[in-house]
Amino acid sequence: MARFAILVFPGSNCDHDAYHAAKHVFGQDAHFVWHKEEALGEADVVIVPGGFSYGDYLRSGAIARFSPIMKDVIRFANDGGLVLGVCNGFQVLCEAGLLPGALMRNASLRFACKDVHLRVENAETPFTNEAEVGQVLRISIAHGDGNYIADEATLDELERTNRVVFRYCEPDGTITPEANPNGSARNIAGIVNAEGNVLGMMPHPERCVEAILGHGSADGAIVFRSLLQHVGETVAA
Amino acid sequence: MPATLPNDPAVTLDLALDHGLTEEEYGWVVEKLGRTPTFVELGIYSVMWSEHCSYKNSIALLKTLPRDGEALLVGAGEENAGLVDIGDGLAVAFKIESHNHPSAVEPYQGAATGVGGIQRDIFTMGARPIASLNSLRFGSLENPRVRYLLDGVVRGIGDYGNSFGVPTVAGEVYFDPSYEGNPLVNAMSVGIVKVGETASAIAEGVGNPVYIVGSATGRDGIHGATFASEEISEESEAKRPSVQVGDPFTEKLLLEATLEAIRSGAVVGIQDMGAAGLTCSSCEMSEKGGCGMVIHADRVPVREEGMTPYEILLSESQERMLVVVEIGREHEIEAIFDKWDLHAEPIGEVTGDGRVRILWHGEEVADVPAEHLVLGGGAPVYYRETQRPAYLDAVQAFDDSTIPDVEDAGTVLLELLGSPNIASKRWIFEQYDTHVRTNTIAGPGATDAALIRVKDTDRGLAVKTDCNGRYVYLNPRKGGQIAVAEAARNVVCAGGKPLAITNCLNFGNPYKPEVYWVFTEAVGGMGDACRAFNTPVTGGNVSFYNESPAEDGSTRAVFPTPTIGMLGLVDNVEAHTTTADFKAEGDAILLLTPAAWVHTGGIEGSEYLAHVQGQTTGDAPHLNLAEEQAVHTAALALIRAGLVQSAHDVADGGLAVCLAESALHGDVGAEVSLHAPEGMRRDALLFGEAQSRIVLTVEDDEAERAVALAAEQGAQATRIGTVGGDALRIAADGAMVLNEAVEALAKPYRTAIPEAMGEAVRGLAAVA
Repeated sequence: MARFAILVFPGSNCDHDAYHAAKHVFGQDAHFVWHKEEALGEADVVIVPGGFSYGDYLRSGAIARFSPIMKDVIRFANDGGLVLGVCNGFQVLCEAGLLPGALMRNASLRFACKDVHLRVENAETPFTNEAEVGQVLRISIAHGDGNYIADEATLDELERTNRVVFRYCEPDGTITPEANPNGSARNIAGIVNAEGNVLGMMPHPERCVEAILGHGSADGAIVFRSLLQHVGETVAA
Repeated sequence: MPATLPNDPAVTLDLALDHGLTEEEYGWVVEKLGRTPTFVELGIYSVMWSEHCSYKNSIALLKTLPRDGEALLVGAGEENAGLVDIGDGLAVAFKIESHNHPSAVEPYQGAATGVGGIQRDIFTMGARPIASLNSLRFGSLENPRVRYLLDGVVRGIGDYGNSFGVPTVAGEVYFDPSYEGNPLVNAMSVGIVKVGETASAIAEGVGNPVYIVGSATGRDGIHGATFASEEISEESEAKRPSVQVGDPFTEKLLLEATLEAIRSGAVVGIQDMGAAGLTCSSCEMSEKGGCGMVIHADRVPVREEGMTPYEILLSESQERMLVVVEIGREHEIEAIFDKWDLHAEPIGEVTGDGRVRILWHGEEVADVPAEHLVLGGGAPVYYRETQRPAYLDAVQAFDDSTIPDVEDAGTVLLELLGSPNIASKRWIFEQYDTHVRTNTIAGPGATDAALIRVKDTDRGLAVKTDCNGRYVYLNPRKGGQIAVAEAARNVVCAGGKPLAITNCLNFGNPYKPEVYWVFTEAVGGMGDACRAFNTPVTGGNVSFYNESPAEDGSTRAVFPTPTIGMLGLVDNVEAHTTTADFKAEGDAILLLTPAAWVHTGGIEGSEYLAHVQGQTTGDAPHLNLAEEQAVHTAALALIRAGLVQSAHDVADGGLAVCLAESALHGDVGAEVSLHAPEGMRRDALLFGEAQSRIVLTVEDDEAERAVALAAEQGAQATRIGTVGGDALRIAADGAMVLNEAVEALAKPYRTAIPEAMGEAVRGLAAVA
């Protein structure tokens, strides 16, 4: 059974959702880790969940990176451990230096909650090995600061090394400016670090793992199934 | 006798009048205390006897509403919110509340703190909020200030709720010039708690310590309750400091800490600090427990130096709670709040003398009997004068022969779909997190009521707010009935059995006899409907003084708007989930109506008459409560039999708009054929708003079975067409009267609100 450690910062609000997905939908072991802890405990996957850590005051993720637990998260990531940052978790990972770039205010200057389409750009990561390149997933977003930005050299480097994992796209997979819900550079919705063991993404896979919810999409399950595949777990359902 | 502090002003009748008390009420204060109150005491009486806290002009009427039912675990008004048993050892706490006046002067913070306040009412009972709803009313979007208000209110609701982490799943928004200077912002929250694990807003056990927890106390919101109890005027802008400032991050911490504290068993009683802050919570908890309290105001953590006890007692700073802790277990509570980095300061203790005594550095500055101050105790109760408004004769004398019947029904339909009252509210609800907590089966959009699953059970909740204020304006009693009927019908369309309501009664100045007559009638109508549907009232809120300033300096009451928040239970959420969108080509379209029903009613009171013909007049549309109840029973039976593919009630814009909406949400057309009785107007057939009608679709080969089952249940299902094609085509008595491509319908429907707000819409073909 895979062990998921789910961080809880003050203001995290998708921690229960990540727990529910890991524990109840995929039947794995899951435990919360309070941000004041200094050790993650036994874990195969660390999830940095969505929400508004520290109210997103100052800047999204900017205060959470100083939480005591982050030292061990960085140690875990540097040792090759799997880290999944979703939404606010992506912002925290960027602030902590585990991923390049930053997430700015949405270009619309408004919070946006809706289903978007994502094209899988790299199916060889531990988070997407169950997908195929070019596969289109329908997953929810819910954020005000999801506008990914990095300098041009970094963006080129991300593309050259195949580290862009998801891009916002049309339902048929084409990449258009109209399909970009927040103004992200090059329609980037999710990236991995150079070693491929840390993924940050704005859309919420944990919200889309049960067909009864949302508009019937369970496409987020692919991220969890890939992780389980990677750590050698038999994938149920 | 309590002391007067050096800088306190002398308490006089004039000062009391400035505090919003009447001369008579001030006389009662002096008489009851047997002396002139101190400045602090005057502050306490004035907020506790304000309309907002005392319900002095409404409580007598509210008591006429049905408030009992076997599923109710606490009665209306007994706790911070109603509590309904939903089986499986679980209960739902739910309530709706207004934040109209703050939102009128400071829309962002006004709406945000409205959301925050109602969440605290839910989690102070030990329930975890799982869904938020809101009911909004604004003036015309052509007015730039209205656009500013809409933008600010939506951002305020979004920023607070999104950060707090509760999905905003349903609501409604109406626009009418009557709300121009006085928007309505009603926020509702729904929470879940295990039966037997609830907390109560009570102070008990002499010697138990009293804690203030959460945020520090600042100078914001002082006299907010009093501000809510007067009309909006040019001077209202100066009352912006009466508006509280919200901090959803602290509220989220307070939620988690509060639930942890309640679970610890060390909490004797707990109440949130909303209107009238520390004053209201200390008085109400004391009165409920039949005991008293000593509060050391100087021990309250404050945000700024130099705050006086008067300010500390009246501050409405948000994100605070008053907690009575079991003596000897203080350290457990302190540890929990410390974990969440929140204040938890002992500021007093429970006493046995029934008095709330306020000390300031050891000196007593107030000493009042709790019972004097609260609703149901010594607070005033009034029966106001009523007079039937003269305008009713004029509107009810409406003669539809003055309006030419529709010729080009297609153009009218497009016009109606572009009315902000009917058009898609996507621009609004996409700014709300509708999915967090992963329970939302059907959120805003293609559903008549939101559907929320209850984890670890087969059950779901169907929730909705409703009120057509125009109907209540035109016929207060029938309008009050329709508000409840439509809310129940929406819940039924989603597969839920209506269980109970909460209500938010938004009316004008109760001292105007015409306003009070309308209020009386509307509450009577709500009561009629609640009795007919067996949906008791679990509580809510009254908001008077909703008056828009007119150019001549007078004021005009907003449309009387008794917003209903309906809670419904879905037994088997996996099997009975029902949404409004047409599902598949070839499905049969049925019109579910009362038995022996023929197309009836006119255009009176309709959105068509108001938006297309520019007339707010006529009676409210046809409604018969027994017929309505039969339609609900039949619809639920059909859904539970697994027959129903989609269900959508006929409401604003009538049958044609109802069909268009289901087509738009399903992105598929329909072929419909109607038969009107002799002499019936075509606009009434297509756009009339007679109640108790639901458009259902079923698989073609199930149509006969559905018709038979509806008849068995005492209603009538008539096949009126078939889903299919890429246009909505309606024939009346053999003649094609409407033929519009679904794509053409989408344009006004999807663009009306964003365009009014000056924003472009992308991808018209995208999901509805």
